[in-house]
Amino acid sequence: MRRVRAEVLNARRLGAYHSITLVAPEVAERVRPGQFVSVAMPEGRAFLLRRHFSIHQSSRRGGWGGTLEFVFDPKGPGTGWLAEVKAHQFLDVIGPLGKAFAYPTKLNACLLVSEGHGSAPVYFLAQELRARGKRVDMVVGAEDLEHVFKPIEGKRLSQTIAIMTADGSLGERGSVLDALPLAVEATGAQVIYAAARRSTLRAIAEFCMERQIPAQMAVEEHMACGIGLCFTCTVPVIRKDGSGYDNLRACTDGPVFNPARILWDRWMGDEPKMTPTPPEGFPAVRSWPG
Amino acid sequence: MKHSLAVELNGLRFAHPVLSASGCLATGHDVPGLVDLHKLGGVVSRSLTLAPSKGASTPRSAETPSGLLSAVGMQNPGVEAFVEQDLPRLQKAGVPVIGSVAGSGLEEFIRVASMLHRQPGVVALEVYLSSPDLERGGAPIYARLDRILEIVGAVARLSSLPVFAKLPPLVPDLVETARACVRAGAFGLTLVDAMPGLAVDAARLRPKTAIPVAGLSGPALKPLALAAVYQVARAMPDVPVMGVGGIFSGTDAVEFLLAGAWAVQVGTALLVNPAAPVEIARGVLEYLREKGIASPADLRGRLRVRGEPG
Repeated sequence: MRRVRAEVLNARRLGAYHSITLVAPEVAERVRPGQFVSVAMPEGRAFLLRRHFSIHQSSRRGGWGGTLEFVFDPKGPGTGWLAEVKAHQFLDVIGPLGKAFAYPTKLNACLLVSEGHGSAPVYFLAQELRARGKRVDMVVGAEDLEHVFKPIEGKRLSQTIAIMTADGSLGERGSVLDALPLAVEATGAQVIYAAARRSTLRAIAEFCMERQIPAQMAVEEHMACGIGLCFTCTVPVIRKDGSGYDNLRACTDGPVFNPARILWDRWMGDEPKMTPTPPEGFPAVRSWPG
Repeated sequence: MKHSLAVELNGLRFAHPVLSASGCLATGHDVPGLVDLHKLGGVVSRSLTLAPSKGASTPRSAETPSGLLSAVGMQNPGVEAFVEQDLPRLQKAGVPVIGSVAGSGLEEFIRVASMLHRQPGVVALEVYLSSPDLERGGAPIYARLDRILEIVGAVARLSSLPVFAKLPPLVPDLVETARACVRAGAFGLTLVDAMPGLAVDAARLRPKTAIPVAGLSGPALKPLALAAVYQVARAMPDVPVMGVGGIFSGTDAVEFLLAGAWAVQVGTALLVNPAAPVEIARGVLEYLREKGIASPADLRGRLRVRGEPG
């Protein structure tokens, strides 16, 4: 990971979202889909913590010598400030951070499921999978047309795409979960990737477990630092041998996890204290079959 | 004039007075490269318990105005794993380590402290008194003076290392509590620990952290921390006090030194800016040069208060 002062090359609206492109060759060179950057907020404001964004695009070459783009939904004080940032301003950026999506080596048909601006890292992944000769199909969802992230780019990047909106303003009415079974059947998906709300991820994880489809998911958890210092963004993940679980930092051990190893009940439960591992242990999960 | 940042706390030496506060520097072996470990004045370890602790559920943090609420629930690898896996990396960097001793009761504090205090590289211990006292119904240890003294006293008796008691600013009479800690054997005090705070998500009718009452840190805490340092340092000018609470800049650190701190610790700022301790130390040096003052010790308690001899 590097910390750089990065110039904003471009800041623009993208439907309901905002997008910022940075000149950051040292970061762009290394970045892989699923990884994120951490952006410092201005000094002397009441919102102090850095904000963290999945990377949507990186270009390692070109006139600017290496740029990267991230997308966000301006809804709090930090993202609200970022939405006002103009080209040629400089941002304090740390990246690339976190573990990226793994690519399959043997399996071919990849189904990519995303909701809202979760599509941003997933489109980056689609590009890289296609560059490795994989088949890419997509299920893309959002609450309405405005929140469907770059539908035309989604079409360009995929063999087939199912677009789902809650109000039916684009594609079919419903959620990505409604489209999932049919999409898996129609595309012969062998691997599923997902970036979405936690409740959706959980439902996809259960679907994948039931059908024994290997999957990788980018999760979101409240992150104070993003660089592994504070231990606030943890996710309960079963050890490889099933002997127990560990609260792993989403920022350094994630944000991409094998969903079969996440203890969803504990992660999403209301109990503030972690319950102990049952004496018989957890089922061991085979590692990513790539 | 030759300016030096080196400080000496009654025999305990640091190359400069800016240390990292407990819980804000990963565990040790996993400190990211962005933090120049060897350039820190010192490192206070994560608060260590006897057995590994998984900590609390998430969400563990919430941003509040000029502050950070966090409730990690003391996730740590346990003192044994810390000594085996984390301490070597810190030793290799040559940075002095203050072991933060935690526990749920007297015995655990004693056992953790006795595993830490003879390790090479560990120069002092800090007793973390905000953990729930499971031997006394689960209220924080600092809530009862007798328990503070029992635990601080026991750790101080078993170890020949300097022992700092870390107190939040809300014990009934902070100066008297600090005095009692020193009488019980404490070498110095770390002021202050995070304050209990609550953030509410009104839309969902829920607290924003899984453990509702979490620890408030960051600039929101700074005036409380300064007051605590000022009061305790005035009452006991010969007892080393480490100031902590919302220090983000060199000026902030200077304010703590003027109020009476012998050294400072940086926590929340490190999460925002991994170079913060180094930049803060540089800021202190610039201040010394500007004012023609030789060392941080010469700043200590130099606050000019009306009606008092300067």
